[in-house]
Amino acid sequence: MTDAALAPERLPVGAIERRGLGWWGLLCLIATEGALFFYLLFSYFYFDVQMHREWLPRELPSLGLALPNTAILLLSSVAAWIGERGVRRGARWQLLLGLLGALVLGAVFVSIQLMEWQSRAASIRASTYGSMYYTVTGFHMAHVVVGLAVLLMVLVWSALGYFDRRRNAPVLIGNAYWHFVDAVWLAVFTTFYITPRLW
Amino acid sequence: MTLVETERRPEIASTATSYGRGLEQIWKTEPGIAGWISTVDHKEIGHRYIVTSFVFLILGGFEALIMRLQLARPEQHLLTPEQYNQLFSTHGMTMIFLYALPILSGFSNYLWPLIFGSRDMAFPRLNALSYWVYLASGIFMYAGFLIGAGPNDGWFNYVPYAERPYNPGLNMDFYALGMVFYGLSTTVGAANFVVTFLRMRAPGMSINRVPIMTWGTLTASAANLLVVPSVSLAFFMLWMDRQFSTHFFDVNQQGQPLLWQHLFWIFAHPWVYVVVLPAMGMVSEGLPVFCRRPLVGYTPVALSTVATMVLGFGVWVHHMFATGLPNLALSFFSSTSIMISIPSAVAVFAWIATIWLGRPVITTAFLFFASMIVLFVIGGVSGFMTGSVPVDWQLTDTYFIVAHIHYVLIGINVFPVVGAVYFWFPKMTGRLLDERLGKWNFWTMFIGFNLGFLPMHLTGLYGMPRRVYTYPAGMGWDTLNMVTSIGSLLFAIGVLLLLVNVVVSLRGGRIAGANPWDADTLEWSVSSPPPSYNFAVIPEVASRHPLWEDRLGEAANRSSVRQGLILDHGRETIVTTPLDGDLDLIAKMPEDSYSPFILTVGASAGFTGALLHWWWLAGASAAVVAGALIAWLWPRRSLAQAAGAGDD
Repeated sequence: MTDAALAPERLPVGAIERRGLGWWGLLCLIATEGALFFYLLFSYFYFDVQMHREWLPRELPSLGLALPNTAILLLSSVAAWIGERGVRRGARWQLLLGLLGALVLGAVFVSIQLMEWQSRAASIRASTYGSMYYTVTGFHMAHVVVGLAVLLMVLVWSALGYFDRRRNAPVLIGNAYWHFVDAVWLAVFTTFYITPRLW
Repeated sequence: MTLVETERRPEIASTATSYGRGLEQIWKTEPGIAGWISTVDHKEIGHRYIVTSFVFLILGGFEALIMRLQLARPEQHLLTPEQYNQLFSTHGMTMIFLYALPILSGFSNYLWPLIFGSRDMAFPRLNALSYWVYLASGIFMYAGFLIGAGPNDGWFNYVPYAERPYNPGLNMDFYALGMVFYGLSTTVGAANFVVTFLRMRAPGMSINRVPIMTWGTLTASAANLLVVPSVSLAFFMLWMDRQFSTHFFDVNQQGQPLLWQHLFWIFAHPWVYVVVLPAMGMVSEGLPVFCRRPLVGYTPVALSTVATMVLGFGVWVHHMFATGLPNLALSFFSSTSIMISIPSAVAVFAWIATIWLGRPVITTAFLFFASMIVLFVIGGVSGFMTGSVPVDWQLTDTYFIVAHIHYVLIGINVFPVVGAVYFWFPKMTGRLLDERLGKWNFWTMFIGFNLGFLPMHLTGLYGMPRRVYTYPAGMGWDTLNMVTSIGSLLFAIGVLLLLVNVVVSLRGGRIAGANPWDADTLEWSVSSPPPSYNFAVIPEVASRHPLWEDRLGEAANRSSVRQGLILDHGRETIVTTPLDGDLDLIAKMPEDSYSPFILTVGASAGFTGALLHWWWLAGASAAVVAGALIAWLWPRRSLAQAAGAGDD
């Protein structure tokens, strides 16, 4: 009656690298979080379009801290990537050091960003620009802090020896989230620090 | 250390071999309160969604009846203006957010794994979380209403009236924080549906064999991932304006009130499709069963579902035609709003052709599904009318719009949903609903609804503005309003008949058997109600209509529902490739878990802390949430998330 066309090969059990369900869940998370930042920046440009240059502060945010800080965040992504290559090669120390490097560089980014917040005279209450600036960078900071917590947990689990060449989905997922948070910063940085200088 | 297997060749067996008892042991939920809190079974979660959203439907219905009592005659003072404001706003919030989507999520949660030939959703614990957060956010928003601080600015809550100087109570804070909270539920639920659709289908169920119903929920879920952040952000900004003196919408400080309207409608217009596309899917699935033939035009209907949503992203400004935007913008959004009737018409003609070419069996479910086509056309035509800028300028903020939205939401959501209750109740409970009472149920609802809402178009055309708590006599609105009030009461009696039928049939209904309607999809191949593990063996699918293959004679091969993969090393199911439905891997599914419930309790306390500015509570709650998340995500060898000794 039935055509038993199904002659299964050996199949992976549970999440192997990017083939598991968790990776697909992460893609959905990135889609919806990406949309959140799209709407944040949409709001910024809405003000920009409606009020032209009037709403910008007299002093644009300085590149002095932000530019090196951007480089630090990107380096952090590179470190995470080096760690990820480690777990794929089965090099445990490379994994641990890479994650640790990403974590430290991320923490430096947060401290510098806090300094930048303190150095700015304008407050969140002062103007729509202030409201927008602190809300967008605040949302991003919250994502950096969550990303650091994720990296920390992945580091702990790696130290406990949970991952190997194939069984490493949490490392790939945690790192991909971190790369996403860094990519969002590039969009935020470009919006607040670069675009007002262009026209 | 236990050995964690990395690969296995799954065994094949027939359902005749009796190892179902072993599966029952593996998949069952513990009895008692512990199991009740920790269960991740999609069927149980689906039940809860359906029951909870019906409770909200009834609450929203009572609110509507009180308003209809107030409006039945001119110059009545049963309600104060403020009470009326809170009633119509809470009615909108309840029906649009707490009923319309969750009821559809309930059916999808219950049905998807069964219809796909799987044993659960992709993320069972996330599924539990999405229900608990829905319930908690609903209670949160209703808590405001019960202490007299419900939303009072309409469900779309325009600024500046929602801002603090004009609205100093907690009303807007309950609504704003509650909606951000509720958005979490929608978002995680949407992610679960998307991944389940792409990855959890039975082997052989390629993308062109997916049961038509699931396209609606897939499309709606993908849209939700993209648009829910917009409204969550808008409500967050509103709350910041109110509590931390930011100036997003504050006109005195260069704020932009229209930004609220953009962010709100960028979300809320797609939301209209979110709450109708899955319901249209139910009709596409159920109607053909009673016409005794496959749906006419599967591919055009599936494509038009997606096309509706794509166009649906570009129509939001038609809610803002009267705000003085540039003509170019109005023209663009007007044309997309009118264009969207094309994919909608595709579905309508497909349903009509299915009835025309089939041999309809007039059951209660058929009546609800078929009548929806009529109501959809009426709601569609009034939508088409208001999509035109000059017509909209005339009709906006009148009862014409109220009539339109009710034809859309009751016609394309409630009627299909009640049809779905008649259709799938036997699968869920093992008993059929009473058909005789069902016919009374249908005709009372159908006549009551049209009596109530068809004349309302005239009320609007005669110029009665919406959202007024009373009106003077002699404006030509008196009789119309009385008729609408009588119709709404009749409609409510119809809904009551449904509840009576459910209660009576739960005990004494006819025993259904596995496939009482002789339907074509996989959920009808298992017992009613289904066992905890759904399928003793994972079926293999060879066509769109696995249970109708012999009579249709379309497919070269036959689907196999009696023989398939066993998968009984713990909770397991199969993961297939997104397009072809080929075997990809064996998924280890999680045990029941307390984390989703604890996380929800933590988050509820956190939102309460934010509402009352009890920052210590918000901080403590954040720690609880973080702890629950770490426990949830901790890699387990039993779920093959961590490597064990002997690997690699």
